[in-house]
Amino acid sequence: MRTRQILNLLLREAGIGLALVFLLILFGVFAPRFGSAANFTNILVQISINTVISVGMTFAILLGGIDLSVGSVLALATVVGGLVITHESFSVPTAIVLSLLASMAVGMACGLFNGWVSERWKVHSFIVTLGMLNIARGAALQVSHSRTIFSFPPAFNAVGTMMVGYGWFQLPVIFLIAAAAVLAGRFVLARTVFGRLIYAIGNNEEAVRLSGHNPSRYKVAAFTVTGAMVGLAAIMYMMRLNIASPILGVGFELNAIAAVVIGGTSMSGGKGSMIGTFLGACIMGVLSNGLLLLGMGDFARQMVTGFIIVLAVIIDKDRARAVVALTSYEPTHAEPAPAAPT
Amino acid sequence: MNDPVAWSGDIIELQGVTRRFPGVVALEAVDLAIRRGEVHVLVGQNGAGKSTLVKLLCGIHPVSEGHILYEGAPFAPRTTLESMRAGIRVVHQELNLLPFLSVAENVFFEHLPRRFGLVDLRRLHQRTEEALLEVGLSVSPRTRVEELGVAQMQLVEIAKALTGQSKVLILDEPTATLTPREIGRLFEILRRLRARGVTIIYISHRLQEVFDIGDRITVLRNGRKIETLRTSEARVPQIVKLMVGKEMGEEYPFRPEVSQGAEVLRVDDLRHRGSPHPVSFSVRAGELLGVAGLVGAGRTETMRALFGADPRPSGRIFRNGREVHIRRPRDAVQAGICLLTEDRKAQGVILDMPCYANVTLTNLARVSRGGLLQAAAERSSTQSLVEDLSIKTPSIHQLVRNLSGGNQQKLVIAKWLFRQAEVLIFDEPTRGIDVGARYEIYMLLWRLAEQGKGIIIVSSDLPEIMGVCHRILVFSNGRVTGEVQRSEFSQEKILSLAYQEFLRSPAGAAYSAAAPAV
Repeated sequence: MRTRQILNLLLREAGIGLALVFLLILFGVFAPRFGSAANFTNILVQISINTVISVGMTFAILLGGIDLSVGSVLALATVVGGLVITHESFSVPTAIVLSLLASMAVGMACGLFNGWVSERWKVHSFIVTLGMLNIARGAALQVSHSRTIFSFPPAFNAVGTMMVGYGWFQLPVIFLIAAAAVLAGRFVLARTVFGRLIYAIGNNEEAVRLSGHNPSRYKVAAFTVTGAMVGLAAIMYMMRLNIASPILGVGFELNAIAAVVIGGTSMSGGKGSMIGTFLGACIMGVLSNGLLLLGMGDFARQMVTGFIIVLAVIIDKDRARAVVALTSYEPTHAEPAPAAPT
Repeated sequence: MNDPVAWSGDIIELQGVTRRFPGVVALEAVDLAIRRGEVHVLVGQNGAGKSTLVKLLCGIHPVSEGHILYEGAPFAPRTTLESMRAGIRVVHQELNLLPFLSVAENVFFEHLPRRFGLVDLRRLHQRTEEALLEVGLSVSPRTRVEELGVAQMQLVEIAKALTGQSKVLILDEPTATLTPREIGRLFEILRRLRARGVTIIYISHRLQEVFDIGDRITVLRNGRKIETLRTSEARVPQIVKLMVGKEMGEEYPFRPEVSQGAEVLRVDDLRHRGSPHPVSFSVRAGELLGVAGLVGAGRTETMRALFGADPRPSGRIFRNGREVHIRRPRDAVQAGICLLTEDRKAQGVILDMPCYANVTLTNLARVSRGGLLQAAAERSSTQSLVEDLSIKTPSIHQLVRNLSGGNQQKLVIAKWLFRQAEVLIFDEPTRGIDVGARYEIYMLLWRLAEQGKGIIIVSSDLPEIMGVCHRILVFSNGRVTGEVQRSEFSQEKILSLAYQEFLRSPAGAAYSAAAPAV
């Protein structure tokens, strides 16, 4: 059973995995310094934040929804967290703890709002989160008076730049947080009742309702999870850059959606995986880094990334079609004829 | 025949036609001749190759081996358009209409009349009126298709299929969603078309009607042609035997020895939204209660309101004598009531998830601890249900999409057995299911009754509910017009009750949703 599951997983993710390996080899050969340990560390740090947001985005997209507000909410969460942490009335440890809680709370509150509004009034999350994109951005500018907040406690940034490991093998803490988020997300989706219902709702909400569940509850919860991941990403951002700013995170929603989609999750919901999302985020990061080392400019890199996103979806669609064609054509025929009634 | 230029022999001839799909031979060396101007019926169980044959004729798939002759000439359409241009039109089982466009736009979708590059609406509507007249449908060409009933949509499809110069009209299970009256109307139209020289290929699971409309019947089984018979010389049991390949027992089982217990469900004065008429009924343990009526009589709506799937403006529901408050499906499920909806694919199962996930969906608490799924428990309980109901699937990991209709229906039953439901409401339990699998479903219903469950069967197939039920409740235009005991079952009696209210109130004006279709 175990081996079969692993095999299944490999087969399902193989396409994206192979693409990633292909990119690694390609850049390893052609891009100077791509293969160095320092560069790998660099890539891991660069993909961490997008990975965490993408983990959250996967929940929204699996439900057939989307969250366009992640970038703005991230900015709001950093600003609120930044204001708390730099507040003079707190001691340093208290300030840090409260700041972490504040950022998470902001993220979750925004996610809860997104989910609740879209379920209560049956408005597609595309619209609700488009609204939140503006609300959160405006709020971030408002509470920060459109200023960047800095001079955090040194301990905060120390975690953000710390490396842990054994001997030559060192990984950035920030990446470990991202990896933990991916594993936790995978666990929730694959092993819990909540995860099962997310897939089920994304596939056929009405069937889930008629089976005696209340899909709205789970959808609101899922959007709150998305928000929580944004809160976590905000904390990671502050740790790493040592600032909080209301203009952070512009366009992050698109990078996250791209990672999820490259990872093979269907935009219509119900199909996809967390590992796929992680590989999608890796591809985005490797591509961006490798092209830079090849000497490609920002504009050209953006264009290439765009093409890759479209290409990934086309390939994925073909693969799905091939699988359907191979497995499901007039399948009843392959079965033995129905038993004779007695 | 009346057109001297046209080919006067067999209009379509299949010579040793084989069609393979990866791992499957869907049709094998089929020889078949369709005469011009006949109604040729294709019967066979699901997977017998009927649909594949249609798909070859309309250009969806090419043949793997053999030849098709059309009007005496080799015919190998590569696209549906080619086949349409040659005069072959198909009305598929799943209707292919555009719900948000008008009837007229749908009927003439492929060749809208134009004027100065714009759609000539006047001409469009006029021509649509003519086309609708031909199929006996009296709705305005401006009506949006989504506002029509299923039977009306079917007629729109047929009108659409007849707009070109159609020589061959293929109907794939056209009566699956129609009431007896609508079927009668459809047959009149088909006879008229036949008189005009249109050849009709007719696919159906309902054997009775095959004899009403067909000139010849071809039986397919496992991709092979078994036999072609003249309808006048064939009998139902013979056809069934050819389809199944074995002798069949009685078509509808009834087991008088199953004893009935106390009342498990009572419904008092229930109204569903849009109906002014309260209905009351009850069902006992071990009882099979049939619910008959025309499409639109309010049967499905009543059951959905009872289950909490739709709002219920009034009505009290009692389980084992105790009142239960049902506001949403969740409440009904907790009270041990379940609804197996008529639209299995859209509402009953999750097609792209494996069998086990579908079965356990009704009671995830039973296979989880603290919110964590217990894979072993999930697999083993599904496995035992799959074996118990003899659901044919290579494994419980198989996606439900890959199961046949009959096995999907059994899986829906399995999921409610997993919930240990006590009252099971079946809405059209055998729609789209072949004869052999139907019998298995009936036997399953009896097994449930034997276990003391209360069973309600809503069905438009009158022989079916007369065959298997203890008692039949008849709905007409939103009211319950009668309750008939098994000893008094007769088609005339039930039908007259079913039509009663529609005949009394002019055009069913009192009850908006329920105007009898067409």
